[in-house]
Amino acid sequence: MADSPLNAPLIPRNRAIHPVPCDPDYKTSVTRSPNLPLLSMDSTPTEETGPRFGHALIGPLDNNLILNWTKGAAPAIGERILVHGRVMDQLRRPVAGTLVEIWQANAGGRYRHVKDGYLAPLDPNFGGCGRTLTDDEGRYQFLTIRPGAYPWPNRVNDWRPMHIHFSVFGQSFGQRLITQMYFEGDPLIDRCPIAHTIKSRAQLDRLVAPLDMAHARPHDFLAYRFDIVLRGRRQTMFENRPEGM
Amino acid sequence: MVQKLDWLDETPSQTAGPYVHIGCIPTFAGLAGIYPEDLGLSPIADGAEGEIITITGAVFDGTGWAIRDAMLESWQPDAQGLFTGQPGTHPKVSGFARFAADGESGEFSLRTVKPGSVALPGGGRQAPHVALWIVARGINIGLATRIYFEDEDNSADPLLARIEQRHRVRTLLAKRTAPGQYRFDIHLQGDNETVFLDL
Repeated sequence: MADSPLNAPLIPRNRAIHPVPCDPDYKTSVTRSPNLPLLSMDSTPTEETGPRFGHALIGPLDNNLILNWTKGAAPAIGERILVHGRVMDQLRRPVAGTLVEIWQANAGGRYRHVKDGYLAPLDPNFGGCGRTLTDDEGRYQFLTIRPGAYPWPNRVNDWRPMHIHFSVFGQSFGQRLITQMYFEGDPLIDRCPIAHTIKSRAQLDRLVAPLDMAHARPHDFLAYRFDIVLRGRRQTMFENRPEGM
Repeated sequence: MVQKLDWLDETPSQTAGPYVHIGCIPTFAGLAGIYPEDLGLSPIADGAEGEIITITGAVFDGTGWAIRDAMLESWQPDAQGLFTGQPGTHPKVSGFARFAADGESGEFSLRTVKPGSVALPGGGRQAPHVALWIVARGINIGLATRIYFEDEDNSADPLLARIEQRHRVRTLLAKRTAPGQYRFDIHLQGDNETVFLDL
């Protein structure tokens, strides 16, 4: 496992490449975003360490959303897709053995959640979550169905593009990231106020997974590729010395 | 032109949305059985050394409403100030927990061991604290803050010392309400806006 050394400081987060915290087009963000500046300082052991999860945690169907809800008894309804990629840090080092969790709507655009009342039906064979650990090269894969787009209460007629939510730990608490993967060619991306909380088009494009026919399996599933970059660690020979020394 | 740097920008964040529970705490979300149990149910196991405490609170939006759909994660050292992964950590303290605001009241609760102070590599120590990470619908990038304790010596903590407006320090101090019981409310905006961190 390519472990980073403990106590190597994290590269400061470049907030300019992230979404703006407050965006009037995404109404809920207006009352849920801090008004005052964040307190910025170099990372400490609190952020440089983090929880570790082992293979004992992961069940054999955990990364197969087509089968995990029914324990393999019946497949979920929808277009079968493989979603795969690599988790690496800013210095392109693989992030090995890290937990990747995903959740998504079913093929009709409905979540299995008490607060989702959309009229599309639940699929009795689909739960909507999965998890896996990255391998030694930082790779992960999920087998799932393509989630449907769905309307949501924001402006009168806002629709979320097809998307899969990703949660990634990395090796330290300061690397923690939750994001969303979109699908190449979806016209709703350009109309989505949540996607457009990211003001840099180049950065938003990094959340759009391309169709990856090299990993599609004939007569079985299409594939999409989604790589994830987490904060890196500074590694110079001058680290861990008192300031000014 | 200059030479090209080959490091990458981070993948941008997106909101965890209102259904974060499905992916992170599915049993809580009503998907019981998909995993044996939710991740991070407790940061400690039976036999953890130190004072067992319970911290309760809520996350308030800019209108004063306790938000019902937040998910929180906590990360902390054991009572000696050692984090999991460091040599000598107490085996019954994982230090990591996940918990959600209650769907009806917005209240959250964390039962844990009171953390020890943490040695800094350059010398000095951080006062005892629990790191918090808060995600929810409308939060576009997870919010980091820390729970310190009003009944500890916080005078030499380097992070608290960086807060210019000294009256804001109290937004990071859990209040002791009874033996072993603390209250820690988080205000996303307003007069009591919590100090959020970028480190």
